[in-house]
Amino acid sequence: MWKRKSEERRNERPGAPLPAGMFLAVLGLAMMGFGICRGEMAVVMEKAVNICMECIGIG
Amino acid sequence: MDKKKQNDEWKRHGAQALWAFLTNSYLSGFAQGKIYKGKLKNLCVPGLNCYSCPGALGACPIGALQAVIGSWNFKFAFYAAGFLMFTGALCGRFVCGWLCPFGFVQDLLHKIPFPKKIRVFRGERLLRKLKYVIFAVFVLLLPLFLVDIIGQGQPYFCKLICPAGTLEGGIPLVLLNQSMRSALGWLYAWKMALLAMTVFLSVVIYRPFCKYICPLGAVYSVFNPVSVFRYRVDKTACIGCGICADVCRMQVDPAKNANHPECIRCGACKKACPVGAIR
Repeated sequence: MWKRKSEERRNERPGAPLPAGMFLAVLGLAMMGFGICRGEMAVVMEKAVNICMECIGIG
Repeated sequence: MDKKKQNDEWKRHGAQALWAFLTNSYLSGFAQGKIYKGKLKNLCVPGLNCYSCPGALGACPIGALQAVIGSWNFKFAFYAAGFLMFTGALCGRFVCGWLCPFGFVQDLLHKIPFPKKIRVFRGERLLRKLKYVIFAVFVLLLPLFLVDIIGQGQPYFCKLICPAGTLEGGIPLVLLNQSMRSALGWLYAWKMALLAMTVFLSVVIYRPFCKYICPLGAVYSVFNPVSVFRYRVDKTACIGCGICADVCRMQVDPAKNANHPECIRCGACKKACPVGAIR
């Protein structure tokens, strides 16, 4: 019932982005920022600039 | 499929090829058997693109997620998870249809003629749930809990399953490096077998890896129904002819749910609709 109503509402405003989508996108950006602040990017970088032996099937 | 629809599909393949080239354009890596080590590797790319591909300029988000979860000092990957959430909430599985190099490879493989292409089979719907299990077990739980003495976990999905890593990184690097060739063992053989199976199945079934295995597709599929950019069906214009469901190779019925978790937004339904009800 609730799902059908929200689908109808979406069809009434076909061009409008969903608030949930916008909220999750902003939350994702905030999480990225938090992750960068606590130094996760360095871990990603270290893994990505060295050949990943597990990925290629050797290690 | 008529000529116009084929041309439209090749336009999408052109976009996929361009994106795959842009994100894998470190060409000297292919010549020297080395990988790019510049600062762009800090950034994740949206598709499944192994960072050990000699041409790769960015980091694979699934690899990045496992790397951080499995590191001794972090137990959650806010950066990679935030990236997946942001990308998913923005465009959902549009990434699978347009921006994933391994999806592109499967698209091309499926064009190879085969006597009996399979659309659906018994248990197919259930098998689609497997990708969520793989994401939970191999991407999250094993790197988090199956750790060594200093608390470091391995990227188990990359190590035991990912055929994209074998294709994009394993084959070129092993071909170009004598030292790596001498280090090959059972793991490489296992991964090559998985890749061979994926290649064969991709000829017979449309995108089997995306449908049943890919953890990245699993994550993006969760965001498909709420993503900012998504399909809309004009119910007043829809005549219920079912053509959109017939042309969908991911077995979605857009008239019922245009933003189904399995929809990769390839646009086939949109182009096939005789009344332009899908926007």
